[in-house]
Amino acid sequence: MCGIVGLFIKDPALEPKLGELLTDMLITMTDRGPDSAGIAIYSRPDDGLAKITVQSPNPNTDFANLDKDLKEAIGKPIALKVKSTHAVIELPMDQVDAARSALTHLRPEVRVMSSGDSLEIYKEVGLPKDVAARFDLAKMKGTHGIGHTRMATESAVTTLGAHPFSTGSDQCLVHNGSLSNHNSLRRMLAHEGVRTETQNDTEVGAAYLTWKMREGATLGEALESSIDDIDGFFTFVVGTKDGFGVIRDPIACKPAVMAETDQYVAFGSEYRALVNLPGIDNARVWEPEPSTVYFWNH
Amino acid sequence: MTSEFPHTPPRKSYTFSDAANAEIRRAAASGIYDIRGGGTKRYLPHFDDLLFLGASISRYPLEGYREKCSTDVWLGTRFAKNPIHLDIPVTIAGMSFGALSGPAKEALGRGASAAGTSTTTGDGGMTEEERGHSKTLVYQYLPSRYGMNPDDLRRADAIEVVVGQGAKPGGGGMLLGQKISDRVAMMRNLPKGIDQRSACRHPDWTGPDDLEIKILELREITDWEKPIYVKIGGARPYYDTALAVKAGADVVVLDGMQGGTAATQDVFIEHVGQPILACIPLAVKALQDLGMHRKVQLIVSGGIRTGADVAKAMALGADAVAIGTAALVALGDNDPVFEAEYQKLGTTAGAYDDWHEGKDPAGITTQDPELYNRFDPVLGGRRLKNYLKVMTLEAQTIARACGKNHLHNLEPEDLCALTMEAAAMARVPLAGTDWYPGKNGF
Amino acid sequence: MSKQTFDLAAQSLRELNSALHALNGQTNQTAWDVVNPKGSHAIAAGLDAPLDVTVHGSTGYYCAGMNKHATVRIKGSAGPGVAQNMMSGAVIVDGDASQYAGATGRGGLLVIKGNASSRCGISMKGIDIVVHGNIGHMSAFMAQSGNLVVLGDAGDALGDSLYEARMFVRGKVKSLGADCIEKEMRPEHYDLLEDLLRRGEADAKAKPEEFRRYGSARKLYNFNIDNADAY
Repeated sequence: MCGIVGLFIKDPALEPKLGELLTDMLITMTDRGPDSAGIAIYSRPDDGLAKITVQSPNPNTDFANLDKDLKEAIGKPIALKVKSTHAVIELPMDQVDAARSALTHLRPEVRVMSSGDSLEIYKEVGLPKDVAARFDLAKMKGTHGIGHTRMATESAVTTLGAHPFSTGSDQCLVHNGSLSNHNSLRRMLAHEGVRTETQNDTEVGAAYLTWKMREGATLGEALESSIDDIDGFFTFVVGTKDGFGVIRDPIACKPAVMAETDQYVAFGSEYRALVNLPGIDNARVWEPEPSTVYFWNH
Repeated sequence: MTSEFPHTPPRKSYTFSDAANAEIRRAAASGIYDIRGGGTKRYLPHFDDLLFLGASISRYPLEGYREKCSTDVWLGTRFAKNPIHLDIPVTIAGMSFGALSGPAKEALGRGASAAGTSTTTGDGGMTEEERGHSKTLVYQYLPSRYGMNPDDLRRADAIEVVVGQGAKPGGGGMLLGQKISDRVAMMRNLPKGIDQRSACRHPDWTGPDDLEIKILELREITDWEKPIYVKIGGARPYYDTALAVKAGADVVVLDGMQGGTAATQDVFIEHVGQPILACIPLAVKALQDLGMHRKVQLIVSGGIRTGADVAKAMALGADAVAIGTAALVALGDNDPVFEAEYQKLGTTAGAYDDWHEGKDPAGITTQDPELYNRFDPVLGGRRLKNYLKVMTLEAQTIARACGKNHLHNLEPEDLCALTMEAAAMARVPLAGTDWYPGKNGF
Repeated sequence: MSKQTFDLAAQSLRELNSALHALNGQTNQTAWDVVNPKGSHAIAAGLDAPLDVTVHGSTGYYCAGMNKHATVRIKGSAGPGVAQNMMSGAVIVDGDASQYAGATGRGGLLVIKGNASSRCGISMKGIDIVVHGNIGHMSAFMAQSGNLVVLGDAGDALGDSLYEARMFVRGKVKSLGADCIEKEMRPEHYDLLEDLLRRGEADAKAKPEEFRRYGSARKLYNFNIDNADAY
């Protein structure tokens, strides 16, 4: 049960303000989700460079010398940018798998939040304004992003239970609602070799999409089939390298408002989240239909 | 040649019992699921399986009648400008006009007011009978919104947002055509004589994030004066309690599966929900985890019959209890005095549960003037007051014996359990041990 | 008669609503402007006097909830549950309305000049709703009484499980809900519709002859196992 925001920039002139706009939208949704907050930011990739966002409960010890240790392990140069409990590891694209496997034994406590060449995910327990300040989200530039404020329903209020959930390289998902068959799906996915780390229903939604795409579905197809396979109430917003998508369950009770101008496409759980966007008074504002996949691509 | 050995005696199936087969035949003949009133009839672990330890040398009891044991309770102290103060922690649960007759609602108001406690409206809106006779009246805000209006909202003493009830967590109501009289139909904006199918979800919000905004609206309409209760059925009490608190409730009302109903599918009554004994510790844990125990008050209901039940519920952490079925029995429901008439209806006193049919010989669960005029609301009110007073005295007796000068000082540590299942559910030690199933991981 | 302006960027929602509630029964200061609503919830909820409130901008949930007597105009779009459980008076939305518009309304008039989202008029109990644009799915679900007029199209499952509410739709209906059927337009319906269009500020846009009427088949009024698929 939560607040969702999303912003897809069409006019490059607005890209430097992505973090600032999205942070404002996120904080407006505090009432819907005071337990934790998270944000996924997509920026233009550096050629041939990948980045892995990681999180640690003990950043002081885990992130100290992590760049050196990783470089030693994989034999390639890497860069490390620490932001509070999170850090972004920059490395050659072909070294992502090697680095991730090295991480598991170098720093067993460290969790991968995202990987890809465009995406960074930051999420923590606490009020959205505090989470935003901790990671200096307002200063981030980018092409598009999604954010989430969480009011936990049945799973624990933890960093790992916060959204967005990564669903694969440069992919992530946020959710508002409550899924009713996530335990069976989690067992099915485990059998298929798709691992989940929490008891969170949204993580199952994310893992489901990962699995579908692994089996050859496009993201659009995976979202379409989620309507048949995932039970309960959901509004999903997914981020990809090129854009973002929205889907609501057939009952479509959980709120969703969208706005589009020449400069951007925006998503909010409530209109309140959109009120400070430039040109909102003249934007086309509408609510997404149930069981319908919406997608915007660069 | 026939065998000389004795025959195997006839043996009926335990699985396909007479009762199970009778229900199959009834379903096959009628084509409708069984709808009835009342609560679950199956055996459930209950307060009966808990005992108080009492006091002797390590603890000292209070002297009855002389040393004071208070019973009052404040409800709605978190946000409301006008919290409610009740003399006793036993309240009357929501029961609708429609399910009950006007005189029965009046009797509930009379009895509760005389005993210093509150009564609650139901799915049919607020009647003059109950507002006029109830000193403290809680106005239910239900999915159906029958009769809902801002004037009644403002003349209520508290507002109870009903999300669910113990007899049917996740289900809506059902008032069959027989009871939709002219007055009931008018109050509910429905045609006379049709089945009334109440919704299971509120029409204009879903989930705790929306509920927070709904509560804000109700507070704004009533200028933040009234306590806002949120009533939930005993489904997933830890999460539901926590989310009601996060959404801004002043009071959480938790109704276990023994809670009654005017009319619902029997399959719902008997197969959905958890016993109140299992629900209370989870709800209390949720409140404690949020640091809100006693700040957001907890009212529990579902199978409360005696002062001992009241004391046990409070010892497990409730601030007050609510009674529905017990109040109706106090008024005269299922009284053997009407046995001849129960027989005519094909049932017997104590088993009558076809409340939806409106033929109640006791004149309580009916809209038939001939029947409800039998019922004397003044006498009914007096009987209810007497019963509430007795429950309170009983609870005080127990509390004093445990050395308490107030009912709300009873604790889980004042209890032991007689059975493993009660110990596991209530999380109090099995009698004679310091252990309950699940404690320390075992 | 003085006109008051209330700025929600400078003053709180509580201050606004308590000022409006304090006017119950009074006749001066009846005209109010509310500026900077910025999607706030419960604006002008619970009014109980013949006030004229204009909200300049878009509102959040439950604007003009439980309205009695007042006229509330929204110069923008309305969030979920606008005019929920309205008793009397009028609420006019210049833009679109989100889901649950006019839910459980018992009287008065709700006019939406743009589109209404899903569940418009859900469980309505006597309110009149005029939507100039389209309405979303599950509109008039379990609607009990009152009139819903739609100049545009209706989404899926219109009037599911409805009781005695009337629906008039000018455009296409994507699908009818359980127990909802098209019904004949009789002379009294043309008269009723003409009045609703006029009061709904839509008479210049549409004529009663262009509408079809939908209502209850009344087959679910008493349980019958042969209708079980509709439950």
